[in-house]
Amino acid sequence: MIPGLHHYLIVSALLFSLGLLGVVARRNLFVVYMGLELMLNAANLALVAFSRFHNNLNGQVMVFFIITVAAAEVAVGLALLVALYRKRQTADVEDLTTLKL
Amino acid sequence: MEHAAAAAAAAQHAVESGSKVQDLAWAILVLPLVMAFGTAVFTPRDRMLSAAMNIGGVVVAFLLSFTLFCVFGGQSVDATPFHWLPVAGLDARIGLHLDALSTLMLLVVTGVASLVMIYSTGYMHDDRSYSRFFSTLSLFVFSMLGIVLADNLLMLFVFWELVGVSSYLLIGFWYEKPSAGDASKKAFLTNRIGDFGFMLGILVVWSLAGTLDIAALKEKLVANPALLGPWAGLAGLLIFMGAMGKSAQFPLHVWLPDAMEGPTPVSALIHAATMVAAGVYMLCRVFFLYTAAPGWPAVLGVLDVVSAASIITCIGGFTALFAAVIAVQQDDIKRILAYSTLSQLGLMVMAVGLGAKTGDASASMYHLVTHAGFKAMLFLGAGSVIHACHHEQDIWKMGGLRTRMPRTFWTFLIGTAALAGLPPLSGFYSKDEILAVALEANPIFFGVGVLVTVLTTFYMSRLLLVAFLGKPRGEGADHAHESPSSMTVPLLVLAIPSVMVAWLPIGGFLAHHFQPGHAAHGGDILFGPFNHNPIAAFFGLGAAIFGFSLAYSLYGNGPAADPLSPRLGLLAQAMRHRFYIDDIYDGLVVPLHNLLSQVADTIDRWLIAGLAVRGLAGVVEIAGRALRLVQTGSIQTYAFLLTASVLLIVLLALK
Repeated sequence: MIPGLHHYLIVSALLFSLGLLGVVARRNLFVVYMGLELMLNAANLALVAFSRFHNNLNGQVMVFFIITVAAAEVAVGLALLVALYRKRQTADVEDLTTLKL
Repeated sequence: MEHAAAAAAAAQHAVESGSKVQDLAWAILVLPLVMAFGTAVFTPRDRMLSAAMNIGGVVVAFLLSFTLFCVFGGQSVDATPFHWLPVAGLDARIGLHLDALSTLMLLVVTGVASLVMIYSTGYMHDDRSYSRFFSTLSLFVFSMLGIVLADNLLMLFVFWELVGVSSYLLIGFWYEKPSAGDASKKAFLTNRIGDFGFMLGILVVWSLAGTLDIAALKEKLVANPALLGPWAGLAGLLIFMGAMGKSAQFPLHVWLPDAMEGPTPVSALIHAATMVAAGVYMLCRVFFLYTAAPGWPAVLGVLDVVSAASIITCIGGFTALFAAVIAVQQDDIKRILAYSTLSQLGLMVMAVGLGAKTGDASASMYHLVTHAGFKAMLFLGAGSVIHACHHEQDIWKMGGLRTRMPRTFWTFLIGTAALAGLPPLSGFYSKDEILAVALEANPIFFGVGVLVTVLTTFYMSRLLLVAFLGKPRGEGADHAHESPSSMTVPLLVLAIPSVMVAWLPIGGFLAHHFQPGHAAHGGDILFGPFNHNPIAAFFGLGAAIFGFSLAYSLYGNGPAADPLSPRLGLLAQAMRHRFYIDDIYDGLVVPLHNLLSQVADTIDRWLIAGLAVRGLAGVVEIAGRALRLVQTGSIQTYAFLLTASVLLIVLLALK
């Protein structure tokens, strides 16, 4: 069986949903972060698949950008998380509700 | 204050540039204001300096007025105007106009004010708020001079209100007394009713004639008498409402007797000589409105048979008679004089109305001028008596003051004779002019005039006989002694014009203003009335003599109580209670007003403040509270909501 476009898209959708579930449901900020990465990579997979099946390189260029930005984001985001943890001694999202009025 | 300061600056500028003599009028107007301000700010504790500054200011204003009077006589000139608010279509300016009316009024106002202020140094000697008194008095003089000099209706109205305010401040001068506070509020509010009509009248005139300038308005109306069309009558009556308030005409007369709560010099200056005369003066300034073609809007068709002038005549005549009848049974010396003032003002207003037929209101102005002199004198005399009797105002507790206070007695006698209209005193000549005009225009009002003269002489003789002759009936009168010369000298000075008027051609001077063709009476003023209009003169004189003999027969033997009261029975009761007008107002107008206020309050509280303002705010707040529940602060909820929303949008878009 030769995998077609829809196979890739289904995998991508599954990955995205798992990531979203991680973001919305998990309480540990690090896991939430992983969920985010998962969602980004789901998008990457979909883009690469589209690029391959439509013979258009634009999608792959886009993916390079996403990987770069995601790397930067991880660097900044993890630094923030560590700083936050040092200050509050917690990485639980339930405890981080100071934005509320 | 700002525009007054600006006006002062303009005046300064005008005086410095020295271009025209008539710009001196600015100095006359501004001097009292500067003094009032200076006293209030810089010398509130220095009694001597305050009195000197304010008296000096008004005396200098008087001298300047006299200069202007001599320079211009009856000529009509304008001082350099100050453009206050030039907007499209309306040039609101402070312009000063000098003519026969205003120069004469300048003399009256500044003259009487100077004497009253000098008198006050004696009368108010023991008062704590000495400086405040003089400062407010100067403020009043400034406002009054503004009315006198105004060359347009807007400025007239502004100063009209200023006069109302200063009158309020002076009636309530002894504000610790609740009655004084009430009286000042009553005066102010009653005046406001009249002023409201006045303002509407000014608006009507402006919308139809397109100008507020009195001279320009007159020119337009002379060129086209039907300019105001069907609104002529209404405009006239509305403007007359202002005069009804200030000159205390029925039914807005109730404030004047109560205004006697103020210090007596205030009563003399404001509530006898000047402010109450402002209404009559204003009617004379806009007299051309009443001689123009009459007309009424269709709604008021029933009024077609009468003109605004005839309504004015009726109100004036009624007030004159009504107040004179009340005065007959009053016991308070100041109240008798107050009702007498009401009655004389009624005569003046009546004369304006009657004069509209012949186009000559000089009789009214003439009486205004003479009345200002002798009524101020009478009030100051009454003040002297009250001062001497330790603030006793009931004439039945006085008596025998003739020998104890000779100067006061003689000046009071001259004032009474002038008011009664005995030749050769001033009142005779001016009242004779009114009677002559009435005889010519409408015999009914001639009858009213003669009857008022009888009553006037009667109640004034009663006052004189009871208070000054006979034996003292009270402790205060027994120990009374003549007031200091600071009080008696102004009295003597005020007596001069009352005696001198017979030799001055004031009547002719004023008639010339209204009818340029009219020649001033020659040298026969002294016996003039007997030659020109013998019927009026003899009737006036006869009425005075009749009134006096009637009073003498009742009060000549020094009775202890009023012998007239039991004879009149219920009528005397009614007269004592001012025909229950105040009670009717208390019983009818006040509850009606309270009801209206309550309705307005309910609407304001529940509809406007409740539904419109708090209702709107409430809806917004509730919505805000509801939306706040969404703000949990948890990022995960936000992420979930975001995703859900995106999904929803995508679903909707795909459909």
